[in-house]
Amino acid sequence: MLANKGVNPPSFRKTGTTIVGLIFQDGVILGADTRATEGPIVCDKNCEKIHYMAPNIYCCGAGTAADTEAVTDMVSSQLQLHRYHTGRESRVVTALTLLKRHLFNYQGYVSAALVLGGVDVTGPHLHTIYPHGSTDTLPFATMGSGSLAAMAVFESKYKEGLTRNEGIELVTEAICSGIFNDLGSGSNVDVCVITKGGKEYLRNHLQPNPRTYTSSKGYSFPKKTEVLLTKIIPLKEKVEIIEGGDAMEE
Amino acid sequence: MVKQQANWSPYDNNGGSCVAIAGADYCVIAADTRMSTGYNILTREYSKICKLADKCVMASSGFQADVKALQKQLAARHLIYQHQHNKQMSCPAMAQLLSNTLYYKRFFPYYSFNVLGGLDNEGKGCVFTYDAVGSYEKVGYSSQGSGSTLITPFLDNQLKSPSPLLLPVQDAVTPLVEAEAIDLVKTVFASASERDIYTGDKIEIVVVNATGIRREYMELRKD
Repeated sequence: MLANKGVNPPSFRKTGTTIVGLIFQDGVILGADTRATEGPIVCDKNCEKIHYMAPNIYCCGAGTAADTEAVTDMVSSQLQLHRYHTGRESRVVTALTLLKRHLFNYQGYVSAALVLGGVDVTGPHLHTIYPHGSTDTLPFATMGSGSLAAMAVFESKYKEGLTRNEGIELVTEAICSGIFNDLGSGSNVDVCVITKGGKEYLRNHLQPNPRTYTSSKGYSFPKKTEVLLTKIIPLKEKVEIIEGGDAMEE
Repeated sequence: MVKQQANWSPYDNNGGSCVAIAGADYCVIAADTRMSTGYNILTREYSKICKLADKCVMASSGFQADVKALQKQLAARHLIYQHQHNKQMSCPAMAQLLSNTLYYKRFFPYYSFNVLGGLDNEGKGCVFTYDAVGSYEKVGYSSQGSGSTLITPFLDNQLKSPSPLLLPVQDAVTPLVEAEAIDLVKTVFASASERDIYTGDKIEIVVVNATGIRREYMELRKD
């Protein structure tokens, strides 16, 4: 309504984004790009989109950055309390249910699209969670503005029983497809490998976008702001204090 | 009952940035070569720079279909001028023609943000900058397009064009040598492509000087 009067609400920091996950022989591999955008401007060239949920569970987030951070931090805390309460390792379906309940309650206003992956006693799991609260359970998944570019790679090359290196290579290829073909995604590739034995967070696994040109001579900037005009206006003179004057009334 | 808004627009924005810098005896005009729509890239190798006359080059960002139509229109008018006057149009003359052509479509504008660069009749560099409906001004340097908000403050800091209101009248051309101006342009585009999603792929740099027109390219980020 305000937009009609020409007043636009502030634009949120969205992650643009390409996030992916796949299940391989020994567990789950998650991948993400590292660009955060505010409209057409890149506000963070190297942000972290793979969030910690539990020692054996990680979650990639696309959509509004504040929402993905807040919701993953919140559920991560809840999982820790639950671990203390039960004395057991967290399960992926627990994180899934906590996340989807929260998102459904907010009817889609919490704009978080997530790829949740982990390995627990029941085996490896991979899920996608949509802002309105629906979930899918898949062998490979992509989300974000670059999801089509990444999914094209997965649909061409995915097969069951991939080895660790094959899996990492495929995830990297899918994220790169998003980075180069989607304008909302860019910069570096983050990868996270989760297996029964443990997890490996490969921050900036690939950095295919270095700065292309740096001037050899460098640039100088004027040390201080130019003074255009100096004008000194004396304030009123101090009032004289007369000793022994009339005392103030009580 | 709210007034019904149009659900179809004749315009689209293909993104990209252009820069032009005028020197004492040269003019540098540069633009990136990425053409996009929404979040997709249409092509990584599109030229936004057009030679209008011997010593006059235009770079335009915005809606490339309108830019193409505008370039065609100007080329046709230039040909007529050559037939009638038996010479090429000078840069200031072309600047006026471009302004008139844009204003002609004041009520259904060319969605085209232009910078015109070249040498004037005395061989000095000149740059003209336009808005979509033809308002123009001769300046020492200019930037248009999606990256202009990132590029202009840096050019202001390094080149600081004198105000046309100051007396005595100061020359708008930069004291930089041609090589330094090209270095500045490369730096500025490398920086803009770091932070603007619509700028990237390659830069096309055109230099107009007494010996003629020269073209060079530089790679930019492709993400």
